[in-house]
Amino acid sequence: MSDAPPARFESPAAVREGLRTVSYLADEGIAGVVFLAERLGKPVLVEGPAGTGKTQLAKSVAELTGARLIRLQCYEGLDESKALYEWNYKKQLLRIQAQRVAEGSGGSWEDIEEDIFSEPFLLTRPLLEAIRAEDPVVLLVDEVDRVEVETEALLLEILSDYQVSIPELGTVSATQIPLVFLTSNSTRELSEALKRRCLFLHIDYPDIEREREIVLTRVPGISEALADQVVRIVRSVRSLELKKAPSVSETLDWARTLLILGIESVDAQTATATLHILLKYQSDIDKAAKDLAGSVAPSR
Amino acid sequence: MDAANTMAPLPPGSSAGLLESLAGFVKELRAAGIPVSLTENLDAMEALRHVPLEDRDAFKYALAATLVKSNAHWKAFETVFEVYFSLRGRQYRLTDDTGGEEEEQLIAQLLGSREGEGSSAEGLTPEQLAELLFRALMDGNDAMLRAVARAAVTRYAGMEPGRPVGGTYYLYRTLRQLDLDAVLDKMLAAARDQTRGDRTELEDRLAREEYEARLEALRREIEAEIRRRLVADRGAEAVAKSLRKPLPEDIDFMHASREELVALRRAIAPLTRKLAVRLARKRRHGRKGPLDFRSTVRHSLPYGGVPADPRFRYPRPSKPEIVVIADISGSVAAFARFTLQMVYAISSQFSRVRSFVFIDGIDEVTDYFRGTEDIGAAIHRINTEADVIWVDGHSDYGHAFEAFWDRWGRELNSKTTVLLLGDARNNYHAAQAWVLAEVAKKVRHIYWLNPEPRSYWDTGDSIVSQYATHCDGAHECRNLKQLERFVEQLG
Repeated sequence: MSDAPPARFESPAAVREGLRTVSYLADEGIAGVVFLAERLGKPVLVEGPAGTGKTQLAKSVAELTGARLIRLQCYEGLDESKALYEWNYKKQLLRIQAQRVAEGSGGSWEDIEEDIFSEPFLLTRPLLEAIRAEDPVVLLVDEVDRVEVETEALLLEILSDYQVSIPELGTVSATQIPLVFLTSNSTRELSEALKRRCLFLHIDYPDIEREREIVLTRVPGISEALADQVVRIVRSVRSLELKKAPSVSETLDWARTLLILGIESVDAQTATATLHILLKYQSDIDKAAKDLAGSVAPSR
Repeated sequence: MDAANTMAPLPPGSSAGLLESLAGFVKELRAAGIPVSLTENLDAMEALRHVPLEDRDAFKYALAATLVKSNAHWKAFETVFEVYFSLRGRQYRLTDDTGGEEEEQLIAQLLGSREGEGSSAEGLTPEQLAELLFRALMDGNDAMLRAVARAAVTRYAGMEPGRPVGGTYYLYRTLRQLDLDAVLDKMLAAARDQTRGDRTELEDRLAREEYEARLEALRREIEAEIRRRLVADRGAEAVAKSLRKPLPEDIDFMHASREELVALRRAIAPLTRKLAVRLARKRRHGRKGPLDFRSTVRHSLPYGGVPADPRFRYPRPSKPEIVVIADISGSVAAFARFTLQMVYAISSQFSRVRSFVFIDGIDEVTDYFRGTEDIGAAIHRINTEADVIWVDGHSDYGHAFEAFWDRWGRELNSKTTVLLLGDARNNYHAAQAWVLAEVAKKVRHIYWLNPEPRSYWDTGDSIVSQYATHCDGAHECRNLKQLERFVEQLG
C-alpha cells in the first residue's frame, strides 16, 4: 500500500473499503470527500460534534496510505513560531560567539549573516515540516477553531498553494501535495477565506446501522445482541434535549464497560446505573435516568 | 489548479445539459440563501471531473463538499439537490432509484404471483397495499419500502398534472389514507406477540423508537416520490421555488410554524455556544491592561535582561447586570423564549441576570432559572406558574411597567442594563411611558427589542416609539441572526 507517492484511490467505494481495513467505518459522505481531496489536492475541513471520529479520520487515512502523520494541535495564542518555523536564536548566538573567539575580530558581518540564516539554524514546526517532507505525509491541523482569526491567515498560503514564504530564505514549495485535514468543533465561525479553500465535511453522529458496526469492530468480544441494544439505547438518549449528547467514543466506552461488567442484556436498571459513562453532566444524567426509568416513550 | 482546468471545467464526456442544470442548481442554492462563490462553483465542476457520475452518492457529496460550507445549510442543499438531480437521474447516467421493474418484480413476488404478469403496483387493492406496507416496515426492508411508497402515491395522492397545489397537499392525502398511527400500533402489537409479552419496558420503548424511525423513513420516501412527480410535471425551477424555506437563522420568530420552531430550537444551542466563546475571548483579548512587571522581567531573560517583550495584565472590566423584562403574551411568546434562552446561555458574561415576565401583570421569574441547567424546563414553568395576568390576559405594557417600577424600581442601579422585549402592542391602554424615563435615569443602558418588522412599528395599537424615545436604542429582532448580533454587542 505504501509504494509510490500516495496510492491513488480508484473510487469513493475503494476509499471506503480501504478505511474499513484499518477499522475506520466511513459512510458515503466521508469516503466521497476523502476521495475528492486526494484527487483535487485540496484540504478537507472536518466539522462536527466532539467525539465522532474527526481526528481519527486523519489518522486512519495516514495509516491507509502509509503516510506519516504530522499533527498541529491548535490552541489560543498559537503563533508563527509554533506553527511554521522559528530561527534557533540560541544556536545563532553561539555561532556568532564562536566566530569571534576563533578569528579575533571575525569575518565580515555579511558572511555571518548569510551563515546564521540558513537551514541548520532553522527549527521547522509542523506546517513547514509537512511542506518540506520528501515522503508522503498527512497533515492534521487539529481544532482549528481554537486559534484567533488573525492566526488563521497563517494557514491560507499553505492551504491554497502548498508553500511557505520565509523572508530570509525565500519561498519553500511542497515537493508533493500532502493530504491536509483540518478539524473544528465549531466553537466559532471560521473565516470565509479558509472555508473557500477547503472541501467541507460534516461528520455527525452515525446512523444506527453504522454505529452498531463501529461498536462491533472497536469492541472485540461484544455480542451482536448487546451491541444492538447499546446503540439503540444511545439513540434514545440522544433524542432527549441534553447539554451534551453522548458521542461515538462514549458509546464505545459504555459498550466496553458493559462487557467488562459481564452484562449480556441491558435493562433499565443497569442502563441507569452506568449512565455516568455515557453522559458527563449531572443534569443530563438525571434527565436520562428519569426518562429511561419511566420508559414509556412519549408518543408524537 | 492550473488555468487550463478552470477554462474547461466540463467533465469529459458529459453533455452540456449537466452544465446547464448545474448552473440552475447553483442559482437556486443562492436563492435559498446559501452563499456560493465563483471559486466554489468552479471547484464543484472540477470535482465532477473526478467522481463517477453513475454513483449518485458520490455525485451528491462532491457537490456538497465544494458548495456548502456550513452544516446549517445542509438541509436546504439536500432539498434543492433532490429537486434538480433525482428525477433526471437516468438521463445523466445517475442511477435512477425510481427504476420500476425491479420493484414491481419484488411486489409480484411478495404477492405470491397470484395474478401472474398482470400484477403491478397500480393493480394493488388497498388491503394488499396495507399488507405490503406492514411487512416492509416490520422487516425494515428499504427497497420494499420505496416500492410501497411509490405505489401509495400513485394510488392515494390523486396527483393531477398542472394543478397548482403544493406537495404538502398530496402528502397529506397519501398519509391520511395510509393511517400510519394505526400501523404503528399494529406493529407494536405484532412485536409483542412475537416475544409473547416477555419484554421489559425498556425493550418496548426501544422497539417503538425503531418503528417510529422506520415510519419516518417511509414518510420521507413518500415526500421524495411526490417531489419527483411534481418536478416531472412542472420543472425543477418552479418546484424548487415552492419548496424554498428560510434558513434557520432567518426564520421569523413571530410567524414560525411548528416545524420551524423545532428547527430554531435546534439551531439556537450551537449559536449560543459560539457566542459565549466569542464573548469570553473578547473579554480576555480586548484591550491591554496595565504593565505586568513581574512577568515582563521573567520574559526578559532570553534577551539577556533586556525587557524586549513587555507583558500586560489582563483587563477585568466590570460585568454588567442584566434585567430582562419580557412580554410573554401569545403573539410574541416565541421571541421572549429565544431571547431568554440566549441571555441565560451567556449568563456567565454578566454579573447577574434577573428576568421579569408580563402580560398585563408582571412577575419575577429569576428563581425559575436558578439551580436548573435546563432552560426548556424553566420556560415551561414560566408559562404555567408565573403570575402574569392581572385583569383580562391581554397585553398591558403600561400597567406592567408601573407595577415593575413600584415593586423593583429601587433595586436598579448604574450597573444595570435593561432589556425590554415586546411588540409594544398595548391594546390601547395608557402607555405610562414616564416609567421608562425614570428607569433610564437610573440604569446604565436600556434597550427595546421588537420582533416586528420596522415598517409595522407604530401602526395600529403599537406604541413602540413612545417607549423608544426613552431608550438607548430600539432594535428590530425578527430572527436569530439579528438577535445574535444584538446580544453580542451587549457582552
